[in-house]
Amino acid sequence: MLRNIPSGVGSRRKDLKLSATQMHDVLVKGAQWAVSQGYGRAEDLDYIEEAGCISRGNPDYVSERAHKRGQNQLGTLGSGNHFVEVGVVEEVYDETAARALSLHRGQVTVMVHTGSRGLGHQVCDDHIKLLLKASGKYKIELPDKQLCCAPIPSKESRRYLAAMACAANFAFCNRQLIAYWVQETFQEVLHMGPRALGLELVYDVCHNIAKIETHEVEGRDRKLCVHRKGATRAFPPHSKLVPEAYREVGQPVLIPGDMGRCSYVLVGTETAMKETFGSTCHGAGRLLSRHQAKKVARGRTIVRELEDRGIYVRGASKGTISEEISEAYKDVSLVVNVVHRAGIGKKVVRLKPMGVIKG
Amino acid sequence: MRHKKYEYIDHTGDLGFKAYGTTREALFSHAAEAFFQAIISLETIQQKEERLIEVGAAALDELMVGWLSELLFLFDTEHLLLRRFEITNMKDCGLKARVRGEVMDPTRHEIKTGIKAVTYHQLYVKQRGGIWEAQVILDI
Repeated sequence: MLRNIPSGVGSRRKDLKLSATQMHDVLVKGAQWAVSQGYGRAEDLDYIEEAGCISRGNPDYVSERAHKRGQNQLGTLGSGNHFVEVGVVEEVYDETAARALSLHRGQVTVMVHTGSRGLGHQVCDDHIKLLLKASGKYKIELPDKQLCCAPIPSKESRRYLAAMACAANFAFCNRQLIAYWVQETFQEVLHMGPRALGLELVYDVCHNIAKIETHEVEGRDRKLCVHRKGATRAFPPHSKLVPEAYREVGQPVLIPGDMGRCSYVLVGTETAMKETFGSTCHGAGRLLSRHQAKKVARGRTIVRELEDRGIYVRGASKGTISEEISEAYKDVSLVVNVVHRAGIGKKVVRLKPMGVIKG
Repeated sequence: MRHKKYEYIDHTGDLGFKAYGTTREALFSHAAEAFFQAIISLETIQQKEERLIEVGAAALDELMVGWLSELLFLFDTEHLLLRRFEITNMKDCGLKARVRGEVMDPTRHEIKTGIKAVTYHQLYVKQRGGIWEAQVILDI
């Protein structure tokens, strides 16, 4: 898998080189472009937030620099906390929901965590510069320059949202490519066809994104800009935006833990819709800074420690592995239990990691 | 006593540093060293390639972000690792620099940390007691 999925700084697939036109299509069509090129199946799109394509994306607001940063990085995992994790369903909390999601105890799963890569960061950089000016123009006092902003209906905001949609589309496409190569790897290694293998997409959900959505506020429907930062969408049963197959149980919510503990699949709830604009947490959250984590890891062979517990970590530099040790993160189980008890997500299954690729 | 060039500061989730210099030129040069030292050990970088850089911004602190973002752009697009930074022209709203380094060679270079972006979070550039000081938080 490590050979098949480019991970780490500077790595890329030699067979995926995009022309300017193709890049434009990726930014407009997202995962739909990947499927049109033979990466995955049309059915996959039913199981991706927004069907893998946010329609208001406009590449005119994505700079040449962003194109340049993104072009070599499509189909790459990236470094830091990005990963591909092979796991197994260790515990089922909600049989009905698990069945709807085709998950059962003992089943092997793969979780992919990556996004819009350098392209998204360049979109952010470019638009921060514009929004710094806009903040002055609209006389908004900023506590911190990183929080620069403009009113949502303004020209500046509309352009940023159009560029952000392109970055989200790039991310949908990126994950679709990687998911395809995961499939391919399993098929090659296990000498099994896709049907016998049964690796199917459960769900692909965004985090760190702002979206225009309709929510009920004080008894009436209002159009809002919902910014999910460190958060992910958690729409309830019967929402039209949830795939039909999951409509009775709610939208799948993927909450990765750290590489040594576990990860969770939840479903969205009506309470989340009422209390958090259909959102819940996206991960465990860090406890230690990367520097502190490295100190804790000093003198230990983390890879060996994890291997002794049946978790194989590959690809990452020693530095990344030290930064990403379990102790650096809050215990995801505690975080998920809070989410579950608060009612803004309902536990479905717990996944135990077996193998992790990190960038 | 010679003042230190830079120091890293603890920041949950991200990585920050403070850089110092007796002149603005030295400050920007030291900040660039701190930036690349976070990615890789500077001593492993040979000075084989040279680039001329020009950056503009509305204010000095924004110029710092613009400067480091330019270096990140070179690294992201050309895999260029840099270790020598000579600021040849410095104004409040712009700088010119000659930078040297080499293209990353995975067989020799071990990346410590991948940097995603240079942020404006808790950013400052100021002069205190004759010493220029800057603080930058990197998104990693």
